Amino acid sequence: MTATATPARRAAPARASRGLWRDALVRLTRNGPALLGMFFIVVFVLAAVLAPVISPYDPIAGSLANRLQAPGTAGHVLGTDLQGRDELTRILYGARISLQVGVISVLMGLAIGGTLGAIAGAFGGAVDNVIMRIVDVLLAIPGILLAIGIVAWLDRGLPQIMLAVGMTNAPIFARILRGSLLALRESDFVVAARSIGATPLRLLLRHMLPNALTSLIVAATLALATAIIDVAGLGFLGLGPPDPRTAEWGTMLTDSTKYLREAPYLIFFPGVAIVISAIGFNLLGDGLRESLDPRLRR
Amino acid sequence: MSLAQNAGATRPGESDRPLLRIDDLRMYFPITEGLVFEHHVGDVRAVDGVSFQLRRGETLGLVGESGCGKSTTGRTIVRLYRPTGGRIEFDGTDITTLGGDQLRRMRRRMQMVFQDPYSSLNPRMNVAGIVGEPLDIHKIGTPHERRERVRELLGVVGLNPEFGVRYPHEFSGGQRQRIGVARALAVNPELIVADEPISALDVSIQAQIINLLERLQDRLGLTYLFIAHDLSVVRHISDRTAVMYLGRIVELAASRDLNQMPLHPYTVALLSAIPIPDPAVESRRRRIILRGDVPSPANPPSGCRFHTRCWLRERLGNPERCTVEDPQLRELSAGHAVACHFAEEVDGSPEQRQSTGQGGTQAAAATSWAPAGNAPSAAPAAPGA
Repeated sequence: MTATATPARRAAPARASRGLWRDALVRLTRNGPALLGMFFIVVFVLAAVLAPVISPYDPIAGSLANRLQAPGTAGHVLGTDLQGRDELTRILYGARISLQVGVISVLMGLAIGGTLGAIAGAFGGAVDNVIMRIVDVLLAIPGILLAIGIVAWLDRGLPQIMLAVGMTNAPIFARILRGSLLALRESDFVVAARSIGATPLRLLLRHMLPNALTSLIVAATLALATAIIDVAGLGFLGLGPPDPRTAEWGTMLTDSTKYLREAPYLIFFPGVAIVISAIGFNLLGDGLRESLDPRLRR
Repeated sequence: MSLAQNAGATRPGESDRPLLRIDDLRMYFPITEGLVFEHHVGDVRAVDGVSFQLRRGETLGLVGESGCGKSTTGRTIVRLYRPTGGRIEFDGTDITTLGGDQLRRMRRRMQMVFQDPYSSLNPRMNVAGIVGEPLDIHKIGTPHERRERVRELLGVVGLNPEFGVRYPHEFSGGQRQRIGVARALAVNPELIVADEPISALDVSIQAQIINLLERLQDRLGLTYLFIAHDLSVVRHISDRTAVMYLGRIVELAASRDLNQMPLHPYTVALLSAIPIPDPAVESRRRRIILRGDVPSPANPPSGCRFHTRCWLRERLGNPERCTVEDPQLRELSAGHAVACHFAEEVDGSPEQRQSTGQGGTQAAAATSWAPAGNAPSAAPAAPGA
């Protein structure tokens, strides 16, 4: 953009233009840590999707004859657990639960929190006050405690876990969206649109939300990491899927704690799986934050 | 859909009526305390009794320090706020309390250009979307016509019509401001409120935008309310200039008059801050440095609002009238109104002559060595003044 000001009628060919989203994508692909994060996520997603293809074993039924095989045993790369089930298979199938619950719970959180935040931020005033006080109350309860409460109240089960984890995220999303909307409400381009005669709905949908979305996308990505940990945490506390045989990372950890001395790898591998998938989303989230926020542009 | 549609500032039957009439406009912003049970503890009186008229095709400059209420005045006029009091009349229609669809229809006729070209364009919309939005909102033309109109508008403001596909961040400040102007022109408005349209631009670009605005005015018969904090810019573009201080207009005159014969002590101080492009004159001049800050508009001084910083009041031995009686705008000569009890004392004073760069040669020469930072009252009175 050197063409500062000459009445720009010069025949400068208008090259194809990139929107901010495209720009952000380009920046993201140049961000090392974000790429590493995406790699972890791809591995995680492939593991979840292709679990039955990769592994010949059944994640639930094992043979007691094969129990507690050490990692590296022929046919069982990561060994077998107490019931003689292949550990790698269980981790792959566990990824399915984590991915499924993580994504759906974050979407639920976005739906609930996003709606509340949008209403609060768009209307302001008394509506904002009421919604935000409710959100404050939810925020005051530690996330995992809230989740435990919800699961204890609604009984165990995957949908309940999703709702529980989603509810812990909702107030955070609401707060973020409301904050960006409030700031945007006074921004010049929104005032400009208002002075042109734009309706409140148009202001919200065309001007405020598209600009508030970036912070929400970042928050959602980071929330996926937390959701995976929360799901495992609930599983670890015995509030995982109702069927105790289900391959779920948190439950796998609990099941193996008593055998820590005999088979430490049974703790190690699910732990690594949790850490890697969570770090993947964290790195991607940070990368997104950097590439979506023009102020951080290098 | 032609741009020339609006041209010809004098449409029959409309010639005499002012396009805009502002009467005793007040815009207070409440100060509240308490979290749950908010109660009203006071007002920021951003605009506190402003009156003026704007003829069709005229440019009125509105100047003053930051926080004097000039931007609020502009925004209230285009009804971004609902005024606390007073009356806004646009082309004979009272729009003070207009709302809903009626207000939306009115907005086609008055548009705004904003100060910061970086924040006044939605970064997620491309230029065609931004410039075409007013057409979209007011449902003007078919999609094809709108596209054509956007291209035309971009050309009018001196941008490549092909730039519509680009996004704001791909443009420089001056180009962005042109986009802002194009957006304002889209619906063929009659009045444009330009809120410091060049303050955020590089000095080298400022003149281009000013010239663009002037060219558009000639071509389209626009009426401008031109807000700025820099008198030198305003006097270039405006037919008349109003000087604001703390929510009030303190002086209103033809720009030429105001510059050659400022009658309010505050205007004199503002003018003295403008360098004069003549080294001989400039070296003899002393700036009037106002002491202190602008008082809070939540609690304006009694009497004349300027009395806490007025150099003339000190000169006159702090007359009580200034602190007691609120000076009204009074017309001292044709079309030259001042809100100062002692405006007559300003006329012919060395300060007035020095700030305007005329006369006062001998008198000023005697004190030319005085350090420029001196407040006028601290300097020896010029002999023979």
